[in-house]
Parts: sequence; structure tokens; C-alpha cells
Amino acid sequence: MWRRMLAIVIKELRQLSRDRMTFGMIVMIPLVQLMLFGYAINTDARHLPAGLVDLSGSSYSSPLIQAIKATQVVDFTTRYASLPEAEAAITRGEVKVVLYLPPDLGERLIRHPGFSGGQYMAEPVGQWLVDGSDTVLAAAIRSLRQMPLDEVAGRAVKTSVPSFEVVQYFNPEQRSVVNIIPGLLGVILTMTMVMFTSAAIVREREQGNMEFLITTPVKPLELMLGKILPYVLVGFIQVLIILTMGHLIFALPIRGGLDSIALASMLFICASLTLGLVISTIAKTQLQAMQMTVFVLLPSILLSGFMFPYEAMPIAAQWIAEALPATHFMRMSRAIILRDAEVMSLGADAIWLLGFTCLGLLVASLRFSKHLD
Amino acid sequence: MTAEFAIETHGMTRMFGDVAAVDHLDLAIPQGSIYGFLGPNGCGKSTSIRMLTGLLRPTSGDIRVLGESLPGAEEKLRRRIGYMTQKFSLYENLTVQENLEFVAQIYGLRRKEARQRIDELLSLYDLLGREKQMAGSMSGGERQRLALAAATVHRPELLFLDEPTSAVDPQNRREFWERLFDLCAVGTTILVSTHYMDEAERCHHLAILERGTKRADGSPQALMDAMGARVIEVTGNDLRTLKQQLISESAVMSVAQIGSRLRILIRSDVINPQEWLESRVSGRSLAEVRPSLEDVFVTCTGDRHVA
Repeated sequence: MWRRMLAIVIKELRQLSRDRMTFGMIVMIPLVQLMLFGYAINTDARHLPAGLVDLSGSSYSSPLIQAIKATQVVDFTTRYASLPEAEAAITRGEVKVVLYLPPDLGERLIRHPGFSGGQYMAEPVGQWLVDGSDTVLAAAIRSLRQMPLDEVAGRAVKTSVPSFEVVQYFNPEQRSVVNIIPGLLGVILTMTMVMFTSAAIVREREQGNMEFLITTPVKPLELMLGKILPYVLVGFIQVLIILTMGHLIFALPIRGGLDSIALASMLFICASLTLGLVISTIAKTQLQAMQMTVFVLLPSILLSGFMFPYEAMPIAAQWIAEALPATHFMRMSRAIILRDAEVMSLGADAIWLLGFTCLGLLVASLRFSKHLD
Repeated sequence: MTAEFAIETHGMTRMFGDVAAVDHLDLAIPQGSIYGFLGPNGCGKSTSIRMLTGLLRPTSGDIRVLGESLPGAEEKLRRRIGYMTQKFSLYENLTVQENLEFVAQIYGLRRKEARQRIDELLSLYDLLGREKQMAGSMSGGERQRLALAAATVHRPELLFLDEPTSAVDPQNRREFWERLFDLCAVGTTILVSTHYMDEAERCHHLAILERGTKRADGSPQALMDAMGARVIEVTGNDLRTLKQQLISESAVMSVAQIGSRLRILIRSDVINPQEWLESRVSGRSLAEVRPSLEDVFVTCTGDRHVA
């Protein structure tokens, strides 16, 4: 049995070493995606381009605008003469945010307790018009609602005692990239691992190798294991690339032990590879295999906790997420890399991935028939 | 059922939907011979071979291959049979040596044994000096030799060849057949499918297949002798008109122009075919000739798909 499996492993490695395109993808996919997502994905919105409609003509408007700029949330890029004009600009998508300062700005400021300290019939001094369809953006602007006006009045800002203190463990600077890279590990591995093996069996069938192969004494399980093993190595190369680059370029803290990371990665790589194999025994052509890979990839990105917190998803979506190997790995990789958790304390996820691999191998071996009918 | 037949089938049938690709085929293929399946494309040659190699299950009928019955003994038979597929089925991005190493390992040959056998095959199939060439960059003839080498790495007792020479020039085809006779001489039974007459003529025994049924079988010579038609060739001018005229006669089975002659197959129930024909060819010269395998094929299949 081992001799035949080894024969397939050697054959796969030889073919892989000649396939420049695939070889390039093994290295380039993690590199490019790491750079792309590492820099691009940022959930704290800053320096949003904003419009301004200033009808006040008041001497207060300029210090007020300065104070808003100092928060770094928005940059005023365009001035509009009237509200309808600004609204039209939002509709066109020119700006997503507009600040409206009314003609009676001066009087509103004087009556405002934050400005004068007195207690009058107070009204807000201005209005933010926001394209609320983007919730991240809207939330950033909402944080300006309670902006202190002391600076506008020329006073030192009163520091108030907060009701609660917040201690931010593991990512005190609140950099999104810290949470993204361990997740990206899961997304990239899902993509490449499932993609490579989903084509494995179909390709042999399409190129006519299968008809010969199934007349030889090779057994389905030997073929399946032989197809997977070379790609375990490929998976580890990718993990190494992502973590090394993440550490060097994005200063990703790697707190957990490398052995824990390796074990968790191993489990996930195997689970993804067998998922690809199952696809490969179902698909009739390489194109179909690719389409099914995308079908798995999208939920792995959107539901696994990579983009949105798992805890915030509805129960039904959580069930679907639990079925995806990526969800379990995402949980494990973040726990190990960021929080130095032991693999043993993540037993449930580890066992789930192991079970998925065994079941996948079984299904793929059973589905793979040495008959043509 | 005796063991002197390498392959024995009774009523072997395979349906694809409502269509019978192979329809109650009875075969008895003696050991140590080269047996040919001759027939047009789609006559059931490949389907039959796939059933006999255990790749397809028969819809009905009994199959015994090397004394084992199918379906059931597929895995047991894998080591005893070799199969060369119609389409090149080795890996184009592996070298000659790597392909053979792979096949040897799959058949469980030990390292030393494998090395010896591969060297033997390389020199036998004239592939020495080509070990490092990619299989995908080889010519049709070289590929066929490599495929034959791969199919015989484990010294099978029974070898199936599905249209082995369809992409090979005549010179290479002759050499290929020499190798088949070498294999046959050491006791290998060979089943080969073809649609070339010259190839079929080389077989010890032959079955002519059409639409999944066997129309005739026997040795090529016996088939020619027992043909139910006489062959007469006519020489003269304006043969195209004569052909049109003769083809409407019910006694004429087929008319084919071969250069400046018309080859006419006349049903054997016409008592004196030469005389019968003389009155219809208006003075052109005619002569009865020895039937060829192609004539046998045409009488069996009714003048269709002549290769």
C-alpha cells in the first residue's frame, strides 16, 4: 500500500515542480493577498472626505470647522452653496458626508451649554448629512455627535470621568491588521488548498489518465492520500510565508508556540484538502470543480468570522459557519497566534477538523469508483 | 468453461439507455493468440474491451477472463491484464523514465526489479536515449511504444489494445505489430481492436462487429473463404455510370471503384456471376478475383464505414 501511495506522491511532486503556473500561485497568492488585505482592510474610518454647507457667515464657523478637523474623522474637500446641492452631491456619490451649518449658527452656539456653559433652551449647532447605507461610515460620524465645543469657545477641554474603563487585551493599539492576518491564513489556505485538490481527480479524468490508472491495482484510498500529501507541504509553505511576512511587515505579534500553530495548520490544511477531493469526485470538469470551489470560498470568507464577528451573526448563520472548516481554524489561529492559547484548550475545534478530514477521505474514497459507469 | 480460452463470454450485453452498445456477444478467445475486433467507429469495440477489463459492468451476460468471472474479480485480475487505452493515458509532463517508474511502482515492483524491467523495456521498445524526454513531446509512434511498454511493465498474461495504431504511420505500425508477435510468442494473449483491414489481417482470429453484434468470426483466411459473395473486377471507361447502373441490382452487394477498376461483390446465390455480369457491362473486360478482408467486411456490414 505504501509503495503505491508513495508512487503517486512522487508523481504529483514531479508534475507540480514542472507546473510553473501552479508553483507561482503557491507563492504569489499568499504574498499578494497579504499585502493587499493587510493594507486595505481597515475598520476604523479616518479622514473621510466631507462636504460643507456653511450658511452662517459667522466668525464662529471657522474655529468650529478647525475643531472638527482636529478629530481626524473627516477632511472637508468640497463646499456647496446650498443644502439641495449638497444632497444631490451625496446622491451622486461625490461625498458621503456633508456638514450643514445653519444661518443662525452664532445664536445656536451661544445658547448651547457645551459652548457657553449656561442652561438655555438648547438646540444642536449644526447637522451632519450622512450616506447611512455604509454602517461603518455612519458610526464614525455618530461619534462626532457629542463633540465638546470648549475649544471653539477658546477654553481648555474639560476632561470628564468616564463611566467605565476599557482595557483592550491582545491588541491595545486596536490595529485591524492584527485580527486580519490570522484570519487571512484561513482564507488563503481555503482558497489554494481546496482549489488545488478539487482539480486533482477531475484533471486526470479530463486528460485521459484515469482510464489507465483504474485498470492498475491502485486502491482509492491510496490514490486519495497520494494526492493530498504533496499539498500538505504546499500548505505549510504558505503558512510560513504569511506568518513571516505578517510578522516582518505588519508587526504581527506571534504569541503562541510554533508547534501549536503547526498542529492547528496541519489539521486545517488536511480538512481543506479533503474537501477539495470530495469536490473533485463530484465535478465532471475542471470548470465545475472551480465553480464549486468558489461556492465554498465565499461563505468561508463571509461567515467564518474573518470579515464579521461570529458572535454577531444570527443563529442559523452560525450553524452554517460551524460546518465550514475555516470557522474552526479562524478561531484556533486567532487564539494561538494572538492569545497564546494551547491547542488542548481548543480541543473541540481540533477534533472537529480531524473528524472532517476523516469523513472527507472516506466520502472521497467511496465516491471514487474504479468503474467507468 | 475451460481454461484454454483466455476470454469467454456468453450473451455479454451493455445498454446505454435504450441503446445496446454491445448486444449478446459470445466470444471464445484462445490463449496465446492475437484476436482482433474489426468494426466501424461505434460498433461496440471499446465498450466490449472496457467490460472485459472490468471498467464497465455488463447489463447482462456471463464473462470469464483468465478463468475469473466478471464482475467480481476485477481487482484480482488487475495484475494479470494490461490495457493500452485508445487515447494516450500516460502523463505528458513526466519523462519516459518517470512514467515507467510510476507504472512499475503502482504495480508493486521492487526498486531493483523495476530498474531492470524498465531498462529491458526501453531497449525492447527502442526508447533508449529518450529516457529524459517528456512524453508529451514525443511523436505518435514513440508514444505508442511507450504506452505498450507501460501496459506490459508487469508482464500481463492478457493484453488489451484499443485501436493502438490509429495515430501511427504505416512503417511504425509494422514495427508495432512485430512487437505484438514477440509478446504473443512468449504466451501473451492479445485482444486488439482496429478499423484497419491490413491490421485485422495480421490477427490469428477476428470478430467483425457492427452495432454491438458479431457479424462473423474466424481466422482471416477462413472468413475470406467462407464469404457469401463472389468478387469480380471490371476494367474499362465510364466506370462511374456503370457503377450507378449496377448498384441498383439486387444481386449486387457493393460496387467500389479502385483506380481504373470497379470491384463488384455479387451475392453467391447468382449461379454464374461472370456470365450474369457480362450482359450488363457492355463489352468492358472482367475477371473474378480472390476476395479480400475488406470484401468480407463489406458483405458482413453492408457497405458502410469502410476504412
